[in-house]
Amino acid sequence: MTPTDPTTTASPAPLLHTPLYALHLELGAKMVPFAGYAMPVSYPQGILAEHRQCRDSAVLFDVSHMGQLRLHGKEAAAALETLVPVDVIGLAPGKQRYALFTNDAGGILDDLMVTRRDDHLFLIVNAACKEADTAHLRAHLATRCLIEPLPERALLALQGPKAAAVMERLAPELTKLTFMTGADAIIHGIACFATRSGYTGEDGFEISVAALEAEALARALLAEPEVAPAGLGARDTLRLEAGLCLYGHDIDTTTTPVQAGLTWAIQKARRPGGARAGGYPGDSVISAQLADGASSKRVGLVGLERVPVREGAAIVDDAGVGVGRVTSGTVGPSVGQPIAMAYVPAGLATPGTMVHADVRGKRQPMRVSPLPFAPHRYFRG
Amino acid sequence: MTVKYTSDHEWISFDEAGPATVGITQHAQDALGDVVFVDLPAIGKTFEKGAVAGVVESVKAAADLYMPVGGEIVEVNEALRADPSLANSDPQAAGWFFKVKVADPGETDALLDQGAYDELVKNA
Repeated sequence: MTPTDPTTTASPAPLLHTPLYALHLELGAKMVPFAGYAMPVSYPQGILAEHRQCRDSAVLFDVSHMGQLRLHGKEAAAALETLVPVDVIGLAPGKQRYALFTNDAGGILDDLMVTRRDDHLFLIVNAACKEADTAHLRAHLATRCLIEPLPERALLALQGPKAAAVMERLAPELTKLTFMTGADAIIHGIACFATRSGYTGEDGFEISVAALEAEALARALLAEPEVAPAGLGARDTLRLEAGLCLYGHDIDTTTTPVQAGLTWAIQKARRPGGARAGGYPGDSVISAQLADGASSKRVGLVGLERVPVREGAAIVDDAGVGVGRVTSGTVGPSVGQPIAMAYVPAGLATPGTMVHADVRGKRQPMRVSPLPFAPHRYFRG
Repeated sequence: MTVKYTSDHEWISFDEAGPATVGITQHAQDALGDVVFVDLPAIGKTFEKGAVAGVVESVKAAADLYMPVGGEIVEVNEALRADPSLANSDPQAAGWFFKVKVADPGETDALLDQGAYDELVKNA
C-alpha cells in the first residue's frame, strides 16, 4: 500500500491493482474500489447475465486481492488450532477445510480456507483482513511455525457446472479431485495449485498461480467457449443464493459461530468432550452456546413481494420494534425473488416463520427460509 | 415532442397539450446496471419539482427517482413494473416510468436540452 504524504490534505491512497488489472480494462469491466483494490464489479454482459452463466456454464473470477499464506513447520497445525475452533491436525493431505479466526468474546475475526499440503498449510484469507490476519498469526504463532505471506501469487476462481469439462481439456488430473481437495497441476503449461472449491455453490476450482503467469492463465481459461469473466457483483449474488457468509456483513467480531449457524465448521475433536476441546480464543463462550444455543441466529429470508430488502434493514415485530437486522440482501437471479440473510431472535428462526423488514418506512413481509436458497452442486465423486 | 434532461440523468418528454412522460436515460441505465425493481409513484399523487417520486433498484443498490417538474401523477408504466429490465433495454421509450400533468410548464425551461445533457455525460 503506497503511504500517502501526511502533509497533504486527504486524497485517498491510490488503489492497488491485481495482476489482471489490464485484462479487466481490456475486457470492458466496470471497476470499483474494494478492500483497497480496483476490482471489476461487472463486465459488459452485466451482473445478471454473469450470474446465470455461472449457474448454467462457467465463469472466471479474479480473486487475487485475497491473501494467500503458507505456514511451515511440524507444529504449524497444532499452532493454528490455538487460533481456530477447527480440526487442523486431523486434516488429511490434500484436503481443505473452512475455518474461523475467533476473538476472546467468541466473535469472528475472519473466515478462511486451510489446505493441508505435503509440507505446509496453505491459507486463503479475505482481502480486507489480510494485513490484520497476518499480524494475528505472527503475534501468536511466530515462535511455533514459519509464516510466509505470498504476495507474488494470484488467485483465479473458475466456477460453474461446465468448469469440469473445461478442466478435462486443460488439466484432466484436476477433474479427479472431489469437493474440498487440492492438487498441483499444469494448466496451459503454467504451474498452479488448485482446489475444488469456491464461493458460488457450484462445482469449480480456485487456482493459485504465480502473479507473473496469471494473465496468461486467465486468457487461456477465458478462451474456452464455456467461460466468461464475472465480477464482484455476480460473486455476491451467487454466494448469497448459496447461503455463504460475507465477512464484515453476515459475520464479524460481534457474531459467534453458533449465532452464525457455522457450527458445522467446528469438528468433534474441538468441541467439549473432544480430543482437543477448546484451546482457541472465546472457547468458553462458544462451548456454552454449543450446549445451550444462542439467543439470536442467522437465517435466510425470502421476500413475499418484489421489493429488495438489503443490508441494514431492521427486522421488526408487529409493534414496529426492531428485533433483528438484515446483513445481506438482493434479488436472487436464479431464485427469482428478493432474498436476504438476517439475525433474528432464536424464537423466530424456524423456517416458515413470517417476519417483516422495514424498507423505507414500509413493512415488507418475509418468510424464514432454509439455506441455501439455490441448491449446492458440489462434486463429491 | 420536446425532450429535456435533468442532471440526475432523467428525461422528460412533453408538448403543449397532454401529460409529460418521465424516464431514466441511457447513461443512467448503464451506470445502474441490471434494474431488478421499480417503485413507482401512486396515481393521483402530486409532487413538487425535485421531490422523490419513486425508486429504481439495480442488483447492487437503490436510487431515488426525482420529479423533473412538479405535478400530478396520471399514469405509471405497469409493463415496467412487471419487467424492470425494460429500463435497461429501452430506457428512452418502452422503459418510461410515469406520466405527469405538469403544474407549471415554465419549470421545464431550467432543464437541460440535448446538447447540454450530452456535455454533462461527456464530462461525467
